[in-house]
Amino acid sequence: MSRVALLSLLLASLSAQAQKPSDSYLRLTEADGQGISGRWDVSLQDLDDVLGLDASGDGAITWGEVLAREADIRRYVLGRLVLGAEGAPCALVSQGGLHIRRHSDGAYAVLDFDARCTGSAARLDVDYTLLFDSDPLHRGIVRVGAREPLIFSASQHFARVRVRDESPWRTAERMTVEGVLHVVTRADHLLFLFALLLPSVLRRDADGRWVAVSDFGTALWDVVKVVSAFTVAHALTLVAATLGWASLPPRFVSVAIALGILVAALDNVRPLGWGTRWTVAFVLGLLHGFGFASVLAGMGLSAGSLALALLGFNLGVELGQVAFVAALLPLAFVLRQAPLYRRAVVVGGSVAIALLACLWLAERALGLGVSVT
Amino acid sequence: MVLTTAWVLGCGRSPSFGEREPFIPPDTEEVLARVPAVGVDARARERAALRKALAGHAGQLDMALRLARLEIEASRVLGEPRYLGRAQAALRPWWDLATPPPGVRLVRATFHHARRDFPAALEDLDAVVKEDPGNVDAWLLRAEVLGIRGEHAEAARSCARLTALTASLTVAVCEARVRSLAGHSRKAHALLSEALRHSGHGQETRTRALATLAEAAALAGDAGLAERYFLRALSLDSKDYAARAAYADLLLDAGRAREAAVVVMDHTQDDRLLLRHVLAENALGSSRAPDVTHALSRRFEESRLRGDSLLAREEARFALQVEKAPEKALRLAQAVWASQREPWDVRLLIEAALAAGRPEAARPALDFLQASGCEDPGLVFLAERVRSLLP
Repeated sequence: MSRVALLSLLLASLSAQAQKPSDSYLRLTEADGQGISGRWDVSLQDLDDVLGLDASGDGAITWGEVLAREADIRRYVLGRLVLGAEGAPCALVSQGGLHIRRHSDGAYAVLDFDARCTGSAARLDVDYTLLFDSDPLHRGIVRVGAREPLIFSASQHFARVRVRDESPWRTAERMTVEGVLHVVTRADHLLFLFALLLPSVLRRDADGRWVAVSDFGTALWDVVKVVSAFTVAHALTLVAATLGWASLPPRFVSVAIALGILVAALDNVRPLGWGTRWTVAFVLGLLHGFGFASVLAGMGLSAGSLALALLGFNLGVELGQVAFVAALLPLAFVLRQAPLYRRAVVVGGSVAIALLACLWLAERALGLGVSVT
Repeated sequence: MVLTTAWVLGCGRSPSFGEREPFIPPDTEEVLARVPAVGVDARARERAALRKALAGHAGQLDMALRLARLEIEASRVLGEPRYLGRAQAALRPWWDLATPPPGVRLVRATFHHARRDFPAALEDLDAVVKEDPGNVDAWLLRAEVLGIRGEHAEAARSCARLTALTASLTVAVCEARVRSLAGHSRKAHALLSEALRHSGHGQETRTRALATLAEAAALAGDAGLAERYFLRALSLDSKDYAARAAYADLLLDAGRAREAAVVVMDHTQDDRLLLRHVLAENALGSSRAPDVTHALSRRFEESRLRGDSLLAREEARFALQVEKAPEKALRLAQAVWASQREPWDVRLLIEAALAAGRPEAARPALDFLQASGCEDPGLVFLAERVRSLLP
């Protein structure tokens, strides 16, 4: 290695930089009607690097030199943003003249533009590719509406965003659907319900054997207690976790949920004497609430619609459970007298669920692939 | 003294802090930004030529490495991390390889080091020295990274590997730096001043030696000696921002805020120096204090916005000494402590724990000082103070 390189590396190592690397600041807001208006601040230093603004080569970029290249700057910068609405690209049209703005690391060119979209711009596809080819440390800091900024990087330069804030009721509606989907699409949630429901058309006699219940009302009441205990419990912890009053490590929650399913399933095979099934459901509900919270956390809800979102999500979970129960309970009630139901379905099914729960438990405890609730 | 320092150190420009709203400059001659002058700066011209050449011939390793090294050098000289990203871009075809050529590994390690990703830097450096045990740069950088992380014994072993490979002064700088980080600044000073006396080496190594000596003397508690070394080092290399920051700290600790302000005021494009400027102006209660304080908060804000935590140490000090928010300072100091253990990290953790009334939070720093057998008076004093408050 040459001497120059050697020394430069040594010295660079001894005085690591503190100042921030290149960023650009893009703001997209909904204009009157369907359009989007944008304002994009791009550092003059960065523009000089790719376009060579310093025409005189004297190391000083003057306002005159910037103005002389205005057309190139606009073409270059706007060519590195693709906006789309409902799958159709929006045309980016420059607005007004170039301005300058000071950021903490120097002067930036300010470009104003309009995005003319054919489709509704309520949901916008943003593909940001400015400067990544010449500086992988570059970040695009993009604010859409009043939302928290999105950070675009070379490896993550696409996002689909909502330009307009949806109404709180719309949020509640969407969250209800999320809640229903959460119940009916998650294997561990379904199996857990299954483990709690299978014996509800049965009761244990004095020596611990399963016997069929006499009427549908008893079975229904048992299910209602179990499901409601679960719902009340997860609503409690979900609210506490979402509002930041309580938290548990996600890994612990996912392990505990698997353990809970195991306990519920084993209790069907042989009574563990750990309390009634609705108390088990309550304790597990508390754990599931923390699991739900991590789902909600990823949805970027605004504080204003949080209460309705929480309500909607809990309602959705409850609806999902009710639908599940409504589909299975009558069938179980009809089959309850058959020895096959008791042995194969209740005991066999519970053993299968327990085995699966063991697998999840091992997976989650060893971190082999964690899935939450 | 103020005038002397101003004369020795002054040069550069004051950035303007105002104009947050978009505006149209009134004059086409107004200078908006400074960039390397391709007209007069041969290095800038070479970088531009290499970039152009590489655009046509991607995959030319020699050319790409030459460019990447020049970009890294520029990032140091200009105090401008944009050039780190450009170095990465130059080596794009090799950057993400699991086993890139050693030259690429070394640039990658330097990059990770500058981004304070020490584990990644060490991984690359360990691979380089295994493949090429004669690589002086790799051993030097490895010693530096290990030293910052507080792994002094292994850092010293890295320096020792240099003995047969390079000039004795370079080895002495390496060893002195590690000893000073471990809290043995007096020994570091003796070792290095002895080596400096016996060598007639190149200016850059001498400058580095002087800066290391200055910091060692400051940590050893000899402020007068430290100041003389700092002034000599900075007159040889006014761009040594680490030394400049350490000199400003020396002055601030001595209650000489006015001089500290003079030392840093023309170099506040560097965040560390802007912090010292803010501390000095606030200590003086000057009319400039609100402006510079605001400018620094904006830098923290913009840095945080992009998802970096590179300024955590500066932020901790800002929270402690300017915002008077000890809990916040402690939280930040603890976050920094998780990855690095330089004297300032030790000092901040203890001072923030004391200010927050939570001496037990300084426990990791106390254990660290004990393990390294720290003798530097400033840190020893702090440690005793906090220990007396512990049950």
